Amino acid sequence: MVDPQLTPQGKLRHLLTLDGLPAAMLRQILDTAESFMDVGERDVKKVPLLRGKSIFNLFFEPSTRTRTTFEIAAKRLSADVVNLNIATSSQTKGETILDTVANLTAMHADMFIVRHGQSGAAHFIARHVAPHISVINAGDGRHAHPTQGLLDMFTIRRYKGGFQNLRVAVVGDVLHSRVARSQISALTTLGVPEVRVVAPKTLLPPGVEQLGVHLFYDMREGIRDCDVIIMLRLQNERMKGARLPSAHEYFKQYGLTAAKLARAKPDAIVMHPGPMNRGVEIDSEVADGPQSVILPQVTYGIAVRMAVMAMLAGGGGD
Amino acid sequence: MLVALPDAEDLITRLAAAVRSQLAADTAIVGIHTGGAWVAQRLRDALSGDHPLGELDISFYRDDFSRIGLHPQVKPSRIPFTVEDRPLLLVDDVLYTGRTVRAAMNELFDYGRPSQIRLAVLIDRGGHELPIRPDFVGATLAIPPGQNVELRCDDGRLSLALK
Repeated sequence: MVDPQLTPQGKLRHLLTLDGLPAAMLRQILDTAESFMDVGERDVKKVPLLRGKSIFNLFFEPSTRTRTTFEIAAKRLSADVVNLNIATSSQTKGETILDTVANLTAMHADMFIVRHGQSGAAHFIARHVAPHISVINAGDGRHAHPTQGLLDMFTIRRYKGGFQNLRVAVVGDVLHSRVARSQISALTTLGVPEVRVVAPKTLLPPGVEQLGVHLFYDMREGIRDCDVIIMLRLQNERMKGARLPSAHEYFKQYGLTAAKLARAKPDAIVMHPGPMNRGVEIDSEVADGPQSVILPQVTYGIAVRMAVMAMLAGGGGD
Repeated sequence: MLVALPDAEDLITRLAAAVRSQLAADTAIVGIHTGGAWVAQRLRDALSGDHPLGELDISFYRDDFSRIGLHPQVKPSRIPFTVEDRPLLLVDDVLYTGRTVRAAMNELFDYGRPSQIRLAVLIDRGGHELPIRPDFVGATLAIPPGQNVELRCDDGRLSLALK
């Protein structure tokens, strides 16, 4: 089957998922992001690459950080950005997604950044857009959040120098997490030898073993000797029914505290995609501590999103 | 018809001699990636004084981006000094259409407002498409359109080749 994300020449056409993207493509995105890193420190925090392009942030589901960093990234590339919070707009009046997209295309859109509660929404839009339009998935249901996965890889590479010889633990609500899926996919593709998933059985999706990860139900064991610990947000708003006894009980078992962190390598880094539930999946002492790289992740997210947009605008369309 | 290419090392010597008495002490030397950065490094070594050295990758400023896309190997630009009010010597290996120099100047102004920019190139091959001329030049050659002069670096030794 043809990968809808790549052109026949192997260039990036859309970014919908990290599944199936070759390691060379992931590395090219990370390298390009590296060269965007200093733009935020110049007098003029802009490059003219996407001057005259119109980028639409289509958010069918609320988000602050992701939408804002996409917006900043687009503006640093000199694109014009329009933010649409569709949850509160024409969708509630009954317009279909494709009608929304057709209308925005008529306004000469060049790129759509799509966040949607339904898995597959970005793929669906990508299948129906005009040939010159690129689509970036900014999170669809439980499926994927590729730019988050990429910025996490960028963070790991910056702090650890690469991916060889690393032991990485992804801890928490994997079941509801599109972020975890994108991370596991990228870690595996980039050659991390040991990817661990640490979670209670009730928060693991069926078949998770087939992703090539090592499963741990006990956090103390799961993060032992790890180089990187990625905490996931406990998705309260997605929690249907009683999967957990209580947030307090969850913190005791799976919350990252200084005592638990001491079992990882002394130079281990702690990551979190945000927004954090302090005192639920992570203790403030760790979140604000010297091993936390949670705020650098946000900064790197801008450079990574600039790289993806620049590569799409330059090679995807036409 | 083949054009005889001069020796790149001789051109560096000639260019350094032309530039030597003309640079204020605080002038920074900025090379355009890749060949221009080599020439800038060699010029700085040949000149006395310690002029700050910078490097530009102009991929994000090219005027043909929407036609050919992003170069697959973009390097970060490094400008480790204040550009504001400083004289700059912009260095490239080959001056052809002038579009690279224009892009480089656009990028430099995003770091600040330099007091002056002068242009030094190893070779001016003609074929300019913009009103951009070098202030210092190693050699002027007439290279037919369709051919490219390329600067190479083997173990620190520079040489020129036609492609």
